[in-house]
Amino acid sequence: MTGPIAPIHSANIGLAAVYRQADALSYWSMRAEDLLSLDAAGLYCAAGGFHIDPVRPVARAVVTHGHSDHARSGHRAVLATPETIAIMATRYGEDFTVARQSAEYGETVRIGEVDVTLYPAGHVLGSAQILLEWRGLRVVVSGDYKRQADPTAAAFVPVRCHAFVTEATFALPVFRHPPVRGEIAKLLDSHALFPDRTHIVGAYALGKAQRVIALIREAGYDAPILIHGGLDRLCRLYAERGVDLGPLEAVAGRAKADLAGRIVLCPPSATQDLWARRFADPVTAFASGWMRVRARARQKGAELPLVISDHSDWDDLCDTILETGAEEVWVTHGQEDALVHWCGTQGIRAKPLNLIGYGDEEEGEGVAAGGAAG
Amino acid sequence: MNRFAALLDRLAYEPRRNAKIALVEAYLRSEPDPDRGYGLAALTGGLVFHHAKPGLIRALIAERVDPVLFAMSYDYVGDLSETVSLLWPTPEATPNEPPPGLAEVVLALRSAGKVDIPRLLARWLDLLDETGRFALLKLITGALRIGVSSRLAKTAVARLGGREPDEVEEVWHGLEPPYRALFDWIEGRGPRPEAVDPAPFRPPMLAHALEERDAAENDPALFRAEWKWDGIRVQAAAGTMADGRRVQRLFSRSGEDLSGAFPDLLERLTFDGAIDGELLVMIDGRVQPFATLQQRLNRKTVTPKLLAEMPAAIRAYDLLAEGGEDIRALPFDDRRTRLEAFVAAIGDPLIDLSPMIPFETWEDLAAARSDPSAHGAGADAEAVEGVMIKRAAAPYVPGRVKGEWFKWKRDPYNVDAVLMYAQRGHGKRSSFYSDYTFGVWKPNGETRELVPVGKAYFGFTDEELKEIDRFVRNNTVNRFGPVREVVHTAEQGLVIEVAFEGLNRSTRHKSGVAMRFPRVARLRWDKKPADADEIAVLLAMLPEA
Ligand SMILES: [Zn+2]
Ligand SMILES: [Zn+2]
Repeated sequence: MTGPIAPIHSANIGLAAVYRQADALSYWSMRAEDLLSLDAAGLYCAAGGFHIDPVRPVARAVVTHGHSDHARSGHRAVLATPETIAIMATRYGEDFTVARQSAEYGETVRIGEVDVTLYPAGHVLGSAQILLEWRGLRVVVSGDYKRQADPTAAAFVPVRCHAFVTEATFALPVFRHPPVRGEIAKLLDSHALFPDRTHIVGAYALGKAQRVIALIREAGYDAPILIHGGLDRLCRLYAERGVDLGPLEAVAGRAKADLAGRIVLCPPSATQDLWARRFADPVTAFASGWMRVRARARQKGAELPLVISDHSDWDDLCDTILETGAEEVWVTHGQEDALVHWCGTQGIRAKPLNLIGYGDEEEGEGVAAGGAAG
Repeated sequence: MNRFAALLDRLAYEPRRNAKIALVEAYLRSEPDPDRGYGLAALTGGLVFHHAKPGLIRALIAERVDPVLFAMSYDYVGDLSETVSLLWPTPEATPNEPPPGLAEVVLALRSAGKVDIPRLLARWLDLLDETGRFALLKLITGALRIGVSSRLAKTAVARLGGREPDEVEEVWHGLEPPYRALFDWIEGRGPRPEAVDPAPFRPPMLAHALEERDAAENDPALFRAEWKWDGIRVQAAAGTMADGRRVQRLFSRSGEDLSGAFPDLLERLTFDGAIDGELLVMIDGRVQPFATLQQRLNRKTVTPKLLAEMPAAIRAYDLLAEGGEDIRALPFDDRRTRLEAFVAAIGDPLIDLSPMIPFETWEDLAAARSDPSAHGAGADAEAVEGVMIKRAAAPYVPGRVKGEWFKWKRDPYNVDAVLMYAQRGHGKRSSFYSDYTFGVWKPNGETRELVPVGKAYFGFTDEELKEIDRFVRNNTVNRFGPVREVVHTAEQGLVIEVAFEGLNRSTRHKSGVAMRFPRVARLRWDKKPADADEIAVLLAMLPEA
């Protein structure tokens, strides 16, 4: 879907809709603010003439990673890692943009007056933080990121900078993701205890599903894993990019008896669909950082909550901010308040950006529901 | 503690009874003594120690976490113990000791003085993982909710040694945590620990509702009949220990010890044996209506005045054991003969015999059922709920065995249903949850599910309204606007006896039936949701199409 190109600054009238605190800009460091501003499409770098993860079609976009809330189709030009480009082409079709340019991790690309370098964000395959260098100023827009080890994504690299733009999906100190090995052990223990029951694992189609499969393999399970049709193309893409997921087979077309005792991966919503009725007496697991809070896990209908997240937990958010040495932190989507408060206790200037339009895919979806659940 | 906590966590999310049993069994197999014994005690409600106040936990977390972040977190999570278990910071220096086992925690809490508790608790919280901290905080504040019944836990114990749950029930009383003797016996290392308890609970034999074809297919000469009295089904067991101490107990039909509520009756159990009977209030030899018994049950304290005004009695149906001999394998007729002699020997007017109803044909029995006073029930006829039909040759077998015992209720328009949803009332009742949606069981493949069959908003007393309201508030699992969904699993929930004037087919209701004028006849705290009726009972009441 190639949409009309939005005039870049026409949206100034709509600013109030984009960030709730209209006076927020005046508090930011003049220089960081000179480099990055907000318009209706999202974060805009005037000196380079590009947007980062724009939520509307723009002339030039730099994209951090392939989740649909960050990577949208219809831009005139896209710069991203080769993996992210491939993911976008897989999801939206080859014509997702007019002009595409890929940059490897660590490779610097000059756009306008700005040097742009992509560094691994550890979030999903191809995910990148974006370092912007301009007149001695270093700003990192980190997109979504995590610090936990992940066999399917290049490990996060801390980049020193003056200003750090961070996500806040799990920015409450109650979110501390446990070691994933223990979570996978829960799944395999349950499978050993109930060998005749299908174990359905709801996991987001891009990144989480492949990571969970890879972790199951690391734990020594080598039988074929069945996958929902919605995971097929992305799992294939991961395999083509050298991520070993072991034998994967389709759920579709199998007799009921052949489904008993299998481990099945599917998108989270499929567990509530008609699709899931084909399994007799299944155990329903969910792999998500939201599983950490009991009320949320229950709300999702999980019988086996697995706390596995592709976002940073509270401790990792705080540690990362300190590691970047940033004097200033801008907080994008998630639980901004707590992180902004914490930065204050550390003497770091921080502001919520209150970006709208993120968190529609993958774990970010919990943000809205989280508010409702209190 | 971490492994016990992980078990609780898994149980909390697992809806299936069989899977819960398998989880408990796996825990008991893998956890060493004595921790598993205390785990079993926690699952069966047998852990005793002084609880700490939530204020203590707040104070501990306030020393460690920024107050703003704590407030935001608590607001998000909504539960103090859970918030603290998630927030508890990893200690600066990793303590060089293993996390505490459940036994260590329980024993320390038993012996610790009040001033030691904060220090103990903080050290344990440092050592445990998140799930362990959560279980510990719930345990220590007395708010540990376990999604299983003690029956389920005992079933898991039985499976360790390929035994029946009833075998575990029979040795259960008189055993103490950590239950080493029990595990030794179950796992084949020791003798059956039976001798210690002369008055164990023996799971009762139950009846099926009589259906048309049961009467058509069965020869009445092979059956006996007696009145079904409208009280509480109980088991009165008594005996003498090896050391000469007396043991006297009164159990509900699910094995709960009712002794505390009926001290007057307890002291009358001077015999050595076990009687299956109905607990009733009896004044001057006359059975009082159930409402009187209900009044007595509602009193929080048992005063001498209450005992004098509403004396409790047992009307005996059956004899299960006598002088240390288990006679359950004998046919009903033989047990009845022994029961008659046994009751006569006790010689207490408040422990009497439930009379038999003579009959030759099913029609005779139908006549007795419709007019009990003219068929032997006399002045007690008001307390007759129906008739019980028992196969003369049947042994006493725990549970509901097909074709042996039947109940034939007098008022057909009466079912035991389970409270599913509650809504606030109007006017002067607006502060109470007084509109109730209730359901009965519907078979669904291998399992059963509750389907709503009607709504009731009157029939209860003010006292009962308060009780239901309290139950609703303490057992809400979901909220939909003004409606609360309350817990209604096989093991947990409130059974309501619903009376109604008639029944029609209905396409508007998922259950396929609609009740006329349903009302709360009484609260059956003595029953578990699993004991409530099935939809078949209602369908059988439908007028012929
Ligand atoms: Zn993402
Ligand atoms: Zn995101």
